[in-house]
Amino acid sequence: MDLPIFHLDFLNNRMLIAIIAVTHVLINHAMAVGGIPLVAYLERRGMLDPDRGWDALAFRILTVFFVTTTTLGALTGVGIWFSAGLVNPIAIGSLLRVFFWTWFTEWLVFVTEVALILLYYLTWKRWRGPRKRAHVKLGFGLALASWATMALIVSILSFMMDPGSWHGDRTLFSGMFNPLYLPQLAFRTPLAMVMAGAAGLIITRASTRQDLALRHAATRAIGRWMLAWLPFTVAGGIWYAQGVPEGMRALLPVAMVTQNLTQWAGMATTAMWAAAGMIAAVALWAAVRPAGLRRWAVVLPALATIALIGTFERVREFVRKPYAIAGYLYSNGLRPDDYPLLQRDGLLATATYAQVRELTPDNQVDAGREVFMLACTRCHTVDGINGVRVALSRLYAGQRWDPAVIDRYLGVMHQARSFMPPFPGSLAERKALATYLAWLQAHPESLEGAQVSGVPTLPRPITASSARPL
Amino acid sequence: MMMMMTPIPRDLPLPLPASAFYLEPLLVVAFVAHIVFVNLLVGSSLLVFGLELRGRKDRDFDRLARALATTLTVNKSLAVVLGVAPLLIISVLYTMQFYTANALTGTAWIGLIPGITVTFVLLYLHKYSWDRLQDAKGTHLGILGIAVALLLFIPLVFLTNVNLMTFPDRWTAVRGFLDALTLPNVLPRYLHFLGASLVLTSLFCVAWFGRASYPVEEVFERLTRPQLRRMFYSVAFVVSLAQFVIGPVVLLTLPSRGINAVVLAEIGAGVALAIPAVWMLWKEMVDPESGRRFFKIVGLLTVTVLMMALGRHNYRYVALREHRRAVARETAAWQLASEAARVQARTGVPAAGAAPDGAALFASSCSGCHAKDTRLVGPPLTEIAQVYQGNPAGIVAWAKAPGKKRADMPPMPAMAAVGDANLRAIAEYMLKAGAP
Repeated sequence: MDLPIFHLDFLNNRMLIAIIAVTHVLINHAMAVGGIPLVAYLERRGMLDPDRGWDALAFRILTVFFVTTTTLGALTGVGIWFSAGLVNPIAIGSLLRVFFWTWFTEWLVFVTEVALILLYYLTWKRWRGPRKRAHVKLGFGLALASWATMALIVSILSFMMDPGSWHGDRTLFSGMFNPLYLPQLAFRTPLAMVMAGAAGLIITRASTRQDLALRHAATRAIGRWMLAWLPFTVAGGIWYAQGVPEGMRALLPVAMVTQNLTQWAGMATTAMWAAAGMIAAVALWAAVRPAGLRRWAVVLPALATIALIGTFERVREFVRKPYAIAGYLYSNGLRPDDYPLLQRDGLLATATYAQVRELTPDNQVDAGREVFMLACTRCHTVDGINGVRVALSRLYAGQRWDPAVIDRYLGVMHQARSFMPPFPGSLAERKALATYLAWLQAHPESLEGAQVSGVPTLPRPITASSARPL
Repeated sequence: MMMMMTPIPRDLPLPLPASAFYLEPLLVVAFVAHIVFVNLLVGSSLLVFGLELRGRKDRDFDRLARALATTLTVNKSLAVVLGVAPLLIISVLYTMQFYTANALTGTAWIGLIPGITVTFVLLYLHKYSWDRLQDAKGTHLGILGIAVALLLFIPLVFLTNVNLMTFPDRWTAVRGFLDALTLPNVLPRYLHFLGASLVLTSLFCVAWFGRASYPVEEVFERLTRPQLRRMFYSVAFVVSLAQFVIGPVVLLTLPSRGINAVVLAEIGAGVALAIPAVWMLWKEMVDPESGRRFFKIVGLLTVTVLMMALGRHNYRYVALREHRRAVARETAAWQLASEAARVQARTGVPAAGAAPDGAALFASSCSGCHAKDTRLVGPPLTEIAQVYQGNPAGIVAWAKAPGKKRADMPPMPAMAAVGDANLRAIAEYMLKAGAP
């Protein structure tokens, strides 16, 4: 509406965020929030039992964590900002206004965390002997800072699902302590510990070829570590799942698989339990018979946690639809509050950037394309991931796509697909969009975003003061 | 032909988290903290490259390059983490201008993420492969070379963005990043930034290698502390002189809209303080034993940097003042119009508690896929009425938990959210309407 529209017509805008965000969560949880306490724990064992190589192993694991978190980890964190700012700037901009001080505090903790991890890593070999105890303490201090950054961010993630009493008073405090905050934190914290164990098992295996005694002792220790945290993960997960608002729960089956495969949702749930069970089984194996743990089994927990966290984040992102911020902003970047005005005056007439302002019988396809750009592209592409051509082919299999039929569908789709926001524009625009969509049957095309084609624009007619030369 | 016009977007209808009176200075301070480490990152990587190149003939320079490279990976982490705060503040204060520039340069903007990640991985690789690639210097320098090339490109993307956001009258004319890159002023500012990076890094090196506690005699075979000082002072001196040429070009290529007396005074003060600093650089260079002017130089240049940052920020503030006022007016007008439309839409809504109207509910919830006697997406009512004759409850049960029955049709979505009573009314309507 008010910003040039960045659009990736093959990859899909949401997929861009998803790839960056899931990578970040994996690294953050496994290598920082859970990773640092695991390293500090192993370092402490080395301090109490200096002759068995614990210390060198802990340092190796830390090296992997350190290099990964300070490159890909840190940059994907910033990347979430960048991609959200491109894909749904209204949503991230609104969250920023509400949560500025949370983010600012998180930044202060983040600076502390980076300073501490640099100190922790670079002093490992220097703080020896009597200073070792202080170094282990530094590790646990760093772990606390890592956890605190996550604890602050989770409040924003859960706010997006259910702002709770913020709708009433709009204060930062009620925004942060929303209904889903503590359950989600209670779930993510032990999950991160388990994920760290999964990563630790692999690094241990890879770096102890020469020292089987150490390998077995460390594998056993990490197996126990995972077993200790697993029950809390399951309990936290159940608490969290029960807090998901009623309206969102109906979307869970769609969220877990896809619209077309909802009948598999039950199986997907079973698969998630099976993945959790497999992690438990490998952890138990590592704890009880570390010498017998096979190479293929070592990588299983890591693969399972990647699948679990990917699914979990997708479900979390999906169930809040049709909203980006529940009740306040639709996922198309428009506020429900503005719908009456948009539907009365139309998107094209009120948008800041549009090449078509008035609808005529001759410009239906061009106008429809502009409406598509404004109303649909935050989630849909034409022919790429979540493309409308595929969706239409499925709906009207073997038939000609009829503008009148599509137009009618656009009017009620938010009832049939409760994860879709209602059509935001005027009836004439709905018709133009339907014409464009039907036209796509014979004219596959790829849309270019503002990052390629810029924003050639006609002056906005609605308010007199707008779009005038300064 | 495209009419030249300035787009006036509407701002988010949410209040700022604090008064702009506090946020604007906070932005300047946070930005300076960030840019200092960015300068060190870019400047050090350039110097390490040059020193290591020279180190192929003179081992002392290889050692010097290596010692500087050790600080590089620390500075790069701080550059990133300190960049978050200015990003946060500018997104809040200049929301519409900043996000507009981001979108218009989107490909390059999002390319920063993999670009910087790869750069950092290469820097680690370079640092930790120093011994292993001792005999393959070409490869070792090649790794750093790619990182340096990336580091020279990355600031251009940021610069292009902050430049573009300042000029809303250009927004509708720009086609992609490369186009925005060619706006006047980007290149001079870029050169000025590179100069600052080299000066800052050289001074850092004077302090780092020139300090009494640095074990110069252990690390180097031949290089002495005064030699090191003189070397880095001369880099700082020469580049500083060049800044006196580039600086005026930056000022001259700036569109005049953002320049006023305050901006000029701030920049002028920065220049005025830099002159004695450069003079002292010269003195230190010819008398490297002394070292007593170092803190004066750093003090003066710190104030110069602060003044330049203030001038830069105030330029943007002034250049965008009219635009931000226009945005605020549009936003207020939009909110009033939106409220009026809401009130208008509310009148005429049927009273609550009325019996559900099956026909209306069917129209709003089902008619997208089901018509009376033709197939749209799902089967027509005539067919449904045959299957469920006298059995509206069967329709309700199916609609709440549909499966996939027909091979040639997509599965129906679950409609439980419509509610039992409403579904019942719809089912009865469907049977009536579909009856032969």
